[in-house]
Order: sequence, then C-alpha cells, then structure tokens
Amino acid sequence: MTDRDFTPSLTRSDLIDNLARSQSHLNYKDVEIAVKSLIEMMSSALAQGDRIEIRGFGSFSLHYRPPRMGRNPKTGEKVQLPGKYVPHFKPGKELRDRANNQKPPRR
Amino acid sequence: MSLTKADMAEMLYDELGLNKREAKEIVEQFFEEVKIALETGHQVKLSGFGNFMIRSKAERPGRNPKTGEEIPISARKVVTFRPGQKLKTRVEAYAGSEQQ
Repeated sequence: MTDRDFTPSLTRSDLIDNLARSQSHLNYKDVEIAVKSLIEMMSSALAQGDRIEIRGFGSFSLHYRPPRMGRNPKTGEKVQLPGKYVPHFKPGKELRDRANNQKPPRR
Repeated sequence: MSLTKADMAEMLYDELGLNKREAKEIVEQFFEEVKIALETGHQVKLSGFGNFMIRSKAERPGRNPKTGEEIPISARKVVTFRPGQKLKTRVEAYAGSEQQ
C-alpha cells in the first residue's frame, strides 16, 4: 500500500465486531472463533486444490501458472521458475451488481 | 469438490457447538458483511487469506461476439481479490495431480 491510499478498510477484527453486534445472542468469543474457522476452511479448501462456491458472493479456484525463465535481480543470472498454482476469485452476479452501484457508508 | 456455504455451516455446527440455525446465519452474515463493506467503498482485509478491493474501470470499446457489432463497455466498479502471502504460499505448495 502506498501513503496515498486512504481507502477505508474492513479488517477481520472489524468483521468480528460487526457480527458480534448483529448476532447478539452469541458471545463474542464464539463469533471470533467462528470467523477464524471460516477463513481457515476457505484457505485449506484452496490449499488442497478444492474450489469454493458461494452463491451471491463468488467463487474461488486455482489457476495454473506454467514454468518460466526468470532472472535473479541481483546477479542477472537466469533461473528456471517452476509452475505453480495461484488463488483466483470471480465475483458472483449479486456482488458485481452491488459493487458497481456504490452506496454511502452505513455508519 | 467444492466448498459451499452449507459445508461451512455444517463444519461450524460440528466443531463449535452452534446450533444449525445459528451456524447457517453466521455464514450468511459473514459474506453479507464483506458485500456491505465493498458496496460502501471499503476494502476488506482478511489477514491470513487476502484483500478484496474495488477498482474503477474506464469505459472501453467492446464487441457483441454474436453480431460483431461494436458497443462500448461502460465505466464500472469491479471487485478484485489479492491473495495474501500466507494463502499464496499454501496454494503454491499444492502439487495438483493434473494441471488445469
């Protein structure tokens, strides 16, 4: 991030706070554990090569990057970089529509 | 195989002792919070996973693939996801049996 980036952000702990407020019958600790385990479920699904499909939100999958020749920036020496997988997100229709139709902040 | 909201609720039910309705509700609200943040111009930073952000795209020329007719694609805001280093490292290690 550059110094000029003032975009407000929602962090994992903000998300936990908001959920704890909206799910007030649950205690904070449980919401915190739930959010952490949701993120872990998503990470480990991708780490084992599974897709994630969340209706209204989007899908995550892995994209393959073939092997390529790279260069050591210090020595200029050529090095063979192996193929690898990278996570990819495709927003779903509802998220695309809502993101494209920005609203003022709620609080 | 793919992970769905139903799978996620089921795992919360099994592991955290939330009841099924609570588990379903928290999964639903989790994604809703991310959507609300993005539609109100926030980026979303989930440490250990990655960041979601809004990018503004300028209008660009497009084409109707069926008719070949030129039609401009209007300026719009789109959601992008940048995986965090931790997730990238975990995924890179995935030795897929076949490349996609």
